[in-house]
Amino acid sequence: MAEIRNYTLNFGPQHPAAHGVLRLILEIDGEVIERADPHIGLLHRGTEKLAESKPYNQSIGYMDRLDYVSMMCNEHAYVMAIETMLELEVPERAQYIRVMFDEITRILNHLMWLGTHGLDVGAMSIFLYAFREREKLIDCYEAVSGSRMHATYYRPGGVYRDLPDKMPQYLKSDFRTTKELEAMNKNRQGSLLDFIADFVKEFPKSIKQYDDLLTDNRIWKQRLVNIGIVSANRAKQLGFTGPMLRGSGVAWDLRKNQPYAVYDRLEFDIPVGVTGDSYDRYLVRMEEMRQSNHIIEQCIDWLRQNPGSVMSDDHKVSPPSRVEMKDDMESLIHHFKLFTEGYCLPAGEVYSAIEHPKGEFGIYLISDGANKPYRVKIRAPGFAHLAAMDEMARGHMLSDVVTIIGTQDIVFGEIDR
Amino acid sequence: MEDLKEQLIEAFGEDNLVDAFGELTLRVDSDDIVKTCLKLRDFFFFDTLIDLCGVDYLTYGQSEWESDASSSGFSRGRETQGNEDRHEMRFAVVYHLLSVSKNYRLRVKSYVDEAEPIIKSVTDVWASADWYEREAFDLMGILFENHTDLRRILTDYGFVGHPLRKDFPMIGEVEMRYDEELGRVVYEPVSIEPNINVPRVIRK
Repeated sequence: MAEIRNYTLNFGPQHPAAHGVLRLILEIDGEVIERADPHIGLLHRGTEKLAESKPYNQSIGYMDRLDYVSMMCNEHAYVMAIETMLELEVPERAQYIRVMFDEITRILNHLMWLGTHGLDVGAMSIFLYAFREREKLIDCYEAVSGSRMHATYYRPGGVYRDLPDKMPQYLKSDFRTTKELEAMNKNRQGSLLDFIADFVKEFPKSIKQYDDLLTDNRIWKQRLVNIGIVSANRAKQLGFTGPMLRGSGVAWDLRKNQPYAVYDRLEFDIPVGVTGDSYDRYLVRMEEMRQSNHIIEQCIDWLRQNPGSVMSDDHKVSPPSRVEMKDDMESLIHHFKLFTEGYCLPAGEVYSAIEHPKGEFGIYLISDGANKPYRVKIRAPGFAHLAAMDEMARGHMLSDVVTIIGTQDIVFGEIDR
Repeated sequence: MEDLKEQLIEAFGEDNLVDAFGELTLRVDSDDIVKTCLKLRDFFFFDTLIDLCGVDYLTYGQSEWESDASSSGFSRGRETQGNEDRHEMRFAVVYHLLSVSKNYRLRVKSYVDEAEPIIKSVTDVWASADWYEREAFDLMGILFENHTDLRRILTDYGFVGHPLRKDFPMIGEVEMRYDEELGRVVYEPVSIEPNINVPRVIRK
């Protein structure tokens, strides 16, 4: 009789369904996974070590590059840690801007997840539709920070600058007729808020479109229903947070349970799943996009009615205006000190966590009183999720591994750090 | 949080509990870590281990800027806080616990010695500790007793050293390039020099 042995398969790191640089060593019996051993660290850049060698403000840019599809949320956790230690008051308007951009980021992240998850499982068209809307939100990022992705927009004490009064428009080009150009610039006539308001109005229609494409799609359901089931207790044991935990039926959301910024003043619901399979997590994330849309709506209303400062006027932390700086000796000194040396935090330690699109993103900051952090530990949600890969994939077919990677919403920037 | 604080003081004593920046930190002797964690999980309902990390206190409170100018105003003067906060033990293992059911958090801190940086693994208490302990081992060189699979996780295959230790240079120790003659990748001592753009200054 022929000898039957388990087969070890190397999956990735260069695989389109590996979402970046995941290397999986799969031990398979026929097509059934016996053991999955993820090898990570191929994108390790030593963010924590780098942050130790730089003044506080210079590390904000590194935060963008952690989870590179939800940039501003990462920044939020980092600046919040610094603000807690300095006991710094953040202007209300800055808080609302942050919440609005956090939710824009959540939609950005979930659209990215939806597109790639669909692509992995075999639904090609959803990717194009998701990226169509994503592009508009990326334009908001660009309008407000000058950068499409790595914004560095949040600063300790507020945000870098107020929302622009004018939304940038497409320029005339040989490849566009005047009519086309007019159509493209139709929703860009007013301010950034007008542009976002227009997006918020149109976006439910887009979600409806994704819904029609996937929710009742036979193949989509065949690939997702009952794949990677995690019970509520097990999810907590494994350190799951965010949609992964809510998909298992636990109504836990830091925005509700431990509100930060101005989330306690906004109205929104927390969707939860029932069975804890990939399909439930899909439904949870879809509903989260609708809720985010609703939150952005409320922020726009508030921001329209309440102009004001968006940055703390404590010049030990925030730079003085250019005009003041040219005019006033003390402002000049503040400016110089801030950009050469930075500011010192009191000695101590703090852990600040936010509800990141993927789960709980936390920054554990230890300061010894210097102008640089003594230790920064980044708690990335994806790290705990990927650690559960073995448990979730065991007993499933090889093709289901791809579904599980997709449902975990893996991004290597944050896992490898 | 006040309720939790009272209960913790009752169970672990006031000396071991620190309340700073609205967060509670519990100091635990490294020998008792598993026992304490079980107690925290079963009687204080800390159902989730959110994070686990190692901290190296080797250079705590040291600055790079030497000067005897004044310590007030805007001058370059500085006053070191000394190493008053420095601990006799070099390493700490920090656990961040979250109770989803009760909605509160706790930080547990346990110090381990440099000569013997070993602590018992809490993988049996919380499953999520598995990878976090591997990470702390990889980056800090802290050993976790009874961990079933203590391999490196973030650094390269065959990496030497523990990069987040304070005595590990920022620029690393080796660099890698492809050697045409040998037809393979070779490792050599780093050719770049360390560079501090902004000195570390401690001000009160």
